[in-house]
Amino acid sequence: MSTPPLEDKTIAELREIAARYPEPRSGLLPMLHLVQSAQGRITPEGIEACAAILEISAAEVNGVATFYTMYKRHGVGDFHVGVCTNTLCAVMGGDAIFERLKDHLEIGNDEVAVQRQGDSRTVSLEHIECNAACDYAPVVMVNWEFMDNQTPDSAVQMVEALRAGHEVRSTRGPRLCTWREAERVLAGFPDGRVDEGPSAGPASLAGLEIARQRGWTAPEPGATPAVEAKESDA
Amino acid sequence: MSDVLTPVLTDIWDAEQSWKLATYAARGGYDALDVAFAMSPDDVITAVKDSGLRGRGGAGFPTGMKWSFIPQDNPKPKYLVVNADESEPGTCKDIPLMMGNPHVLVEGVILSSYAIRANKAFIYIRGEVVHVIRRVQAAVAEAYAAGHLGTGLNGKGIHDSGYNLDIVVHAGAGAYICGEETALLEGLEGRRGQPRLRPPFPAVAGLYASPTVINNVESIASVPAIVKNGAAWFGSMGTEKSKGHGIFSLSGHVQKPGQYEAPLGITLRELLDLAGGVREGHQLKFWTPGGSSTPLLTAEHLDVPLDFEGVGAAGSMLGTRALQIFDETVCVVRAVLRWTEFYKHESCGKCTPCREGTWWLVQALTRLENGQGSEADLDQLLDQCDNILGRSFCALGDGATSPVSSSVQHFREEYLAHLAHGGCPFDPARSTAWSGTEVSA
Ligand SMILES: Cc1cc2nc3c(=O)[nH]c(=O)nc-3n(C[C@H](O)[C@H](O)[C@H](O)COP(=O)(O)O)c2cc1C
Ligand code: SF4
Ligand code: FES
Repeated sequence: MSTPPLEDKTIAELREIAARYPEPRSGLLPMLHLVQSAQGRITPEGIEACAAILEISAAEVNGVATFYTMYKRHGVGDFHVGVCTNTLCAVMGGDAIFERLKDHLEIGNDEVAVQRQGDSRTVSLEHIECNAACDYAPVVMVNWEFMDNQTPDSAVQMVEALRAGHEVRSTRGPRLCTWREAERVLAGFPDGRVDEGPSAGPASLAGLEIARQRGWTAPEPGATPAVEAKESDA
Repeated sequence: MSDVLTPVLTDIWDAEQSWKLATYAARGGYDALDVAFAMSPDDVITAVKDSGLRGRGGAGFPTGMKWSFIPQDNPKPKYLVVNADESEPGTCKDIPLMMGNPHVLVEGVILSSYAIRANKAFIYIRGEVVHVIRRVQAAVAEAYAAGHLGTGLNGKGIHDSGYNLDIVVHAGAGAYICGEETALLEGLEGRRGQPRLRPPFPAVAGLYASPTVINNVESIASVPAIVKNGAAWFGSMGTEKSKGHGIFSLSGHVQKPGQYEAPLGITLRELLDLAGGVREGHQLKFWTPGGSSTPLLTAEHLDVPLDFEGVGAAGSMLGTRALQIFDETVCVVRAVLRWTEFYKHESCGKCTPCREGTWWLVQALTRLENGQGSEADLDQLLDQCDNILGRSFCALGDGATSPVSSSVQHFREEYLAHLAHGGCPFDPARSTAWSGTEVSA
């Protein structure tokens, strides 16, 4: 994979991120997300650029970049597939999904699958920790969008659709964009997909549906004074 | 007596485009701002104190009391930081809350910042949830455009109150430890997420060494209804020392996993009853009341009131109300080994008991899961826990011991069965979501 050089526009955006904070260094995490968006990974050039803008050493930036798991030194695919194998998902089938995808893609953890003839997009695979979607187990994330309630078969079909370049939707979110596009959102530059997808998935609504059926609600506010009676109001 | 379920934060989730300002405002959203601006900031703190709200991020510290620790005579700027890192295994409430109802969080941030006299607030969201970040970014932008943030529509403060507030939405980059509040501050300052020594506590010297309040998403999102409906309204739900509503997250081997918003003090028996019970044809074996860092409970504990005191008395912790349900097909050793691998991976490396100890726990558990060793190894496992618990620099290390020691306490026989069997006696295929539905080859 060839790495595009950092453009002036990106440098300007890196400065813009730093300027959001009272102290510029606070921008480092989103700045590194932007480097990944621009260059497909954390590059030496990106590290130098962040260091120069924040007036810290490249070693300090590097120390931060190596601490957080979302930062990748080697590239990932257009679609980065993360299978949750923390206990709850693992038990519910995440282990089986991860094994099946490794077999199917002929790769190990944290690797990019070969782009076959006819594939228009690449995929990479990683096992991930609990992604706060346990009520949809087993969970797979693609470019950090939810693919809820997966099976080994559905996961294989999904990666094949992605490799073929078909449009794939998150089960609880928008049409999937590429990993680099997603990294740009994390850097704080919205992509206009916010209004896609539902308010909530079916599991999120499980309790609310029961409350609606049985007429259960929080207590009526009227039963208690709106503001605690204060002497000054009396 | 309140109803069994009391949707407050979740109430809007079934609305069309519930995340939009128009939807939220049509239900009285942002009305609490004018109520608060008619009060002094100290009176807002008093209202939150009186409500009995306790932190929803796990530890249950009284929220109003935390706010009152901010030294108002300190000339430095004050900051509010929302902890939206939600990474404790099993915990899955803040993410759907921010996806479906981001404006209640934004409104809560405004009210809470006003109370502590902060003019800048940060929402630190774990990076691995892009769509949730989109929804919160958009809610903040909509709130600015409507005059609920910044300097308001007329430059005279929010709703012409003279009070100004800016919010920055900040994406993390993958590190469970950044949920620990001082590690989160390190991350927010652009550093490796390693916890800080306390004292000084963040209330005195937090972000940029300034007075800082750090609260969980659900804690902050609970504030608008308290301000609007009153402390007594909030306190009419829940139990004596654990007041109000909370989101309970059921996952795993239940018929209807999902989010159930109820008064604190509901029991797992009641929740399972609503959720259609444990997976068809199976029985409850073990569960976590509040994520993997809270000691495991069993079917003996079905009637424990799920509030801070009740779960504490049962030998565990309410934590984040992350109820992970495992039936009899699940090997407890396998489950605990996997959680322990997680803690080992996420240990930030700052202190030896946790860095080395979690490594040793994984070695010992792996041997036991493979049926190697003797009963003496079990005692060694508990010794290792003793060397971590209470000796670690932060609560990650302590939490890592919870599943290990509680599983030995409740399931010693099962560990021994691994030794007798020369390996794991369970078939993992029987635990999967699709088990029983597959055609065998
Ligand atoms: C390892 C570790 C991870 C934590 N993760 C979170 C988290 O993801 N979200 C959260 O709100 N609190 C988390 N906490 C608790 C915070 O340190 C802090 O107590 C909490 O954010 C305070 O907010 P509250 O008083 O509103 O609950 C974590 C604590 C530890 C030790
Ligand atoms: S207990 Fe673990 S996570 Fe906490 S400071 Fe020590 S090494 Fe880091
Ligand atoms: S364990 Fe997989 S999302 Fe929580």
